[in-house]
Amino acid sequence: MSEWINTLLQGLLLGGLYSLFATGLALSFGVMRMINIAHGDFAILAAYAAIAVVEPLGLNPFVVLLLIVPLMGAFGYGLQRLVLNRTLGHDILPPLLVTFGLSIIIQNLLLVTFSADSRSLNVGKLGTASLALGGDIALGVLPLIIMAVAVAVLLGLQWLFSATPLGRAFRAASDDREAAQLMGINNRHIYGLAMALAMAIVAIAGVFLAIRSNISPADGPARLLYAFEAVIIGGLGSLWGTLVGGIILGVAQSIGLKADPGWGTLAGHLAFLAVLVVRPNGLFARTRDR
Amino acid sequence: MNLLEARGVTAFYGDFQALYGIDLTVAEGETVAIIGSNGAGKSTFLRALTGLQTAARDSIRLAGQAIGGLSAHHVVSLGLAMVPEGRRLFPSMTVEENLLVGAYAKRPGPWSLARLYELFPILQERRCSPATALSGGQQQLIAIGRALMSNPRLLLCDEISLGLAPVVIKDIYAALPGIKAEGTSVLVVEQDVGQALRVADRLYCFQEGRVSLEGRPDQLTRAQISLAYFGI
Amino acid sequence: MTHTHTLPLVDRSTRASRVGLLLAVLLLMAAISTPWWAERSSQRLLTEFLYTLALAQMWNLLAGYGGLLSVGQQGFIGLGGYCLVVLGLQAGLNPFLIIPLAGLVTLLVAIPTALVLFRLRGAYFAVGTWVVAEVFRLLVANTASVGGGSGTSITKTVSGISAWWRESTTLWMALALGAGATLAVYALLRSRHGLALTAVRDSEPAAESLGISVLRMKWFVYLASAAGCGMTGALIFITKLRISPEAAFSMDWTATMFFVVIIGGIGTIEGPIVGTVIFFLLRELLSDFGSWYLIVLGCVAVAFMLWIPRGVWGLMAGRFDLHFFPVQRRVRG
Repeated sequence: MSEWINTLLQGLLLGGLYSLFATGLALSFGVMRMINIAHGDFAILAAYAAIAVVEPLGLNPFVVLLLIVPLMGAFGYGLQRLVLNRTLGHDILPPLLVTFGLSIIIQNLLLVTFSADSRSLNVGKLGTASLALGGDIALGVLPLIIMAVAVAVLLGLQWLFSATPLGRAFRAASDDREAAQLMGINNRHIYGLAMALAMAIVAIAGVFLAIRSNISPADGPARLLYAFEAVIIGGLGSLWGTLVGGIILGVAQSIGLKADPGWGTLAGHLAFLAVLVVRPNGLFARTRDR
Repeated sequence: MNLLEARGVTAFYGDFQALYGIDLTVAEGETVAIIGSNGAGKSTFLRALTGLQTAARDSIRLAGQAIGGLSAHHVVSLGLAMVPEGRRLFPSMTVEENLLVGAYAKRPGPWSLARLYELFPILQERRCSPATALSGGQQQLIAIGRALMSNPRLLLCDEISLGLAPVVIKDIYAALPGIKAEGTSVLVVEQDVGQALRVADRLYCFQEGRVSLEGRPDQLTRAQISLAYFGI
Repeated sequence: MTHTHTLPLVDRSTRASRVGLLLAVLLLMAAISTPWWAERSSQRLLTEFLYTLALAQMWNLLAGYGGLLSVGQQGFIGLGGYCLVVLGLQAGLNPFLIIPLAGLVTLLVAIPTALVLFRLRGAYFAVGTWVVAEVFRLLVANTASVGGGSGTSITKTVSGISAWWRESTTLWMALALGAGATLAVYALLRSRHGLALTAVRDSEPAAESLGISVLRMKWFVYLASAAGCGMTGALIFITKLRISPEAAFSMDWTATMFFVVIIGGIGTIEGPIVGTVIFFLLRELLSDFGSWYLIVLGCVAVAFMLWIPRGVWGLMAGRFDLHFFPVQRRVRG
């Protein structure tokens, strides 16, 4: 019995990590109406950047976050303004195809730079420490930290969107691009900021992924799929929905894994498809699928 | 020097020419109306003024500064704000949030949330409701207030009476003197000729992309207006 | 003298298309006869060219004409390949017979798939197709009887057929699929359904208002593309003789289709042909560079998407008004 409770708890906390991946995706879709196919690959890119810096400088991975996150944010701003803004318009094809191309480019650049070996970030004892809750039940400390960070990010975003001029500008640009311009909002700049934010969050996700498990250059696409599934399960337009979606996905995967080692990812996909069949708009949708 | 000077403004939608050289001025403190039938080019002209439509740099001057073809968000920061046709409120936001977005490109001036609530008390009452839950007339007030929040020197109103009952239209136009009193000049595009004649200091009539008539309401006859409006 | 009214003539062919027709017939005859005069390696290259073309036309049908972007067609390619394992290894059928059967199987699988996926639109639909392909891959990888995660060899299905016959029939079937896909798309577009498709692509609400069932068109295009990919998948793995979930359901298939169609010219029939040629040329040029080849490919595709969105053919057709496969109707007189 306690085994199953532990499985559930593990899945729940895994949901925190998935939520971090999902939030960045939801942000870029919410503001720019664009799915970034290379979303997962950018997370892996950030993780490898962290790995590249940690070893020569001998820094703690958590400290490296402070360096990598703003860097990725700046990179995201530049990417959006120089490349991705050109693809935005009425057609959905260009942004999808360009980011698909970027995904291929990033994966192979990482492959030639770091080889296909899997790597990870070492945090010493923290990586395996756990909090005993009585009985045989325990919570991993690292997953707990990740969940806490995920919740903090969501709280931060909620504050941003509801109480700041920038947040309102994001929402306005998302509602009606042209009318937003009439308010003095420079859409191109706003999109750049949204992407910067999304990249920063995805960088956090990537670094935590590398701390929690191993990564290799081709791991990006799988993360994109999990992020996407979490967003859809939670429902479009709902920020906290991405957390719920992430948790449901994490729990499904954990249960699947427990049943059979080959079934982890599959259980997650099937849970996603099931939600799609039963509630196509997700659990907490606030905007309808366009 | 006039607040707004438009000289020879032309506009194209692809191969189709919508404006054939419009000359129009608005003096500081004036209320000017543009009337004309559908497709005459009125909204196109406003879009050219706000930067949503390309225009030659020198063809539009705001307080002497050439603004033709500048991007829309830039034009707002220079003091020209528009109440767009169809209101175009932000559906995911409340009344107050819609008004606050208007202040994104805030310029110094008399307009503020407090001042707007004074002018339109109903907005303060319903400030936490989703903007689109209010009636058509009330939404129009939100749209006007939103445009005023940036403290424009010139306020453009694109067909603010469209789809509203006459008694509601009267109430909305009743707010105009309050707007003028704060020093904001106004350029309205109106389908309702009678309303335009009542509020405007000067009137322009557009017909098929050209100015067909210009003058002060008290100096224009029904026949003249009819001729200019319909071209027959 | 009474003035008689004649209806204006609607012309379908262009001079380029008549020349093109002649060229095509000559090329076709040359291709059919290759087993008798070409080297094995050239024959294999031609086979690969033809099945790549078939895949590209299928993807183009979906994305360029149907407006449905899919990054999950590898799901059907892989399923087609695994039909060889189930119907060939286990049921002992002739592999070349399996090709059309694979098309049928993937068509049947595509039906419930579409029912679920059509709840999504646009970009979401695209990623949804990817999830479905992953589900297929994982289901196959977890099924020990078809080789599980490490795959299985399928040489046994072709033992008993002489090498010459095997390579020749493979080529002819590849020709049937490649040229066939091209001609089938062409025929479709010249028909009323093609006109309906173009209308749907241009504006769904407008098309609906004219009585065109947008949903029916999407179903048709999705099922056709699935069947085409399934058949091609079976063919591909006859040439490879070994199958594994990673190879069968690899994203590389989609990357190839995407590259070929974007560079060649999306939404045109000639585009995939031009794109496949360029793809193979680039592969020859960059074959020594390993992963850099994919990086270059990706950069070229992104560059095209940003600056030459209509592809090489789109550019040429626009400049010279060239149409080898004319699908417009010109009104004369």
